[in-house]
Amino acid sequence: MSSFRIFDIAGSGVAAQNVRLNTVASNLANSSSVSSTPEGTYKARFPVFEAVRGEINGQETGAAVVVKEVIESGRAPNSRYEPSNPLADANGFVYTPDISTVEQITDMVSASRSYQNNIEVMRTARDLMMATFRLGQG
Amino acid sequence: MLDLDKHFAVHAAALRLSAQRSEVIARNLANADTPNYKAADFDFRKALDNALGSGGLGMSDAGALRTTQRLHIGGASGSDPLSGIPLTTVNRIPLAPALDGNTVDVSLEQAEFAKNSIRYQASLNFLNSQMRGLMTAITGQ
Repeated sequence: MSSFRIFDIAGSGVAAQNVRLNTVASNLANSSSVSSTPEGTYKARFPVFEAVRGEINGQETGAAVVVKEVIESGRAPNSRYEPSNPLADANGFVYTPDISTVEQITDMVSASRSYQNNIEVMRTARDLMMATFRLGQG
Repeated sequence: MLDLDKHFAVHAAALRLSAQRSEVIARNLANADTPNYKAADFDFRKALDNALGSGGLGMSDAGALRTTQRLHIGGASGSDPLSGIPLTTVNRIPLAPALDGNTVDVSLEQAEFAKNSIRYQASLNFLNSQMRGLMTAITGQ
């Protein structure tokens, strides 16, 4: 368990999955936010992950994962005829983002599984480290 | 005389390599959702052979410093298992690559991680009992 790098790697995974969970929460919370223009509609956000390789003396030291950017979905918003809505435009339409709840929930499940995996890696690494500290004590 | 380096060589090197391997697998798991990431691993046996020098299990003196004068300081016989071990990682051959080019098989990595942890524990146990044996010899009890 040299120099705690494993914690950095698993920690970066936890952080990245956390961003993903945040975007899912944001997408689900805003799935019925209405707007009076198609441009002003909430756009679903998705994180893009990237592996960052580290190297010391030509030896690879592990690749952490980082969120490279958070992209916005390019899907056109849905329009709904709702003249009574105070946000309706001149023709009586309001616009809602095209967010698939099923898609978001599967993304959430996938993110939480990966999150747990990384936590488990850290837990195991910690246990092994503690055992190593006790080396030679019987 | 008992050479401590030799005495601990195999398990010390195995312990270090297990730690490095757990890092490689942690890396794979952290990047389980990264597009185009290729799962990596290394050949444990080859790496261990490498770490212990050409003699396989560290019993050869091929890599030792030679002393030609009485005042020369001889190196530890065999190669030092704790020196930098060059690790060549290879990409795993995926059974079912994902559409985004990622080749991490999470359940496989989990299994490998668990296996590797047990090996680490085993090396620790061996080292511990070796040390206990030495302590018994030293204290004579």
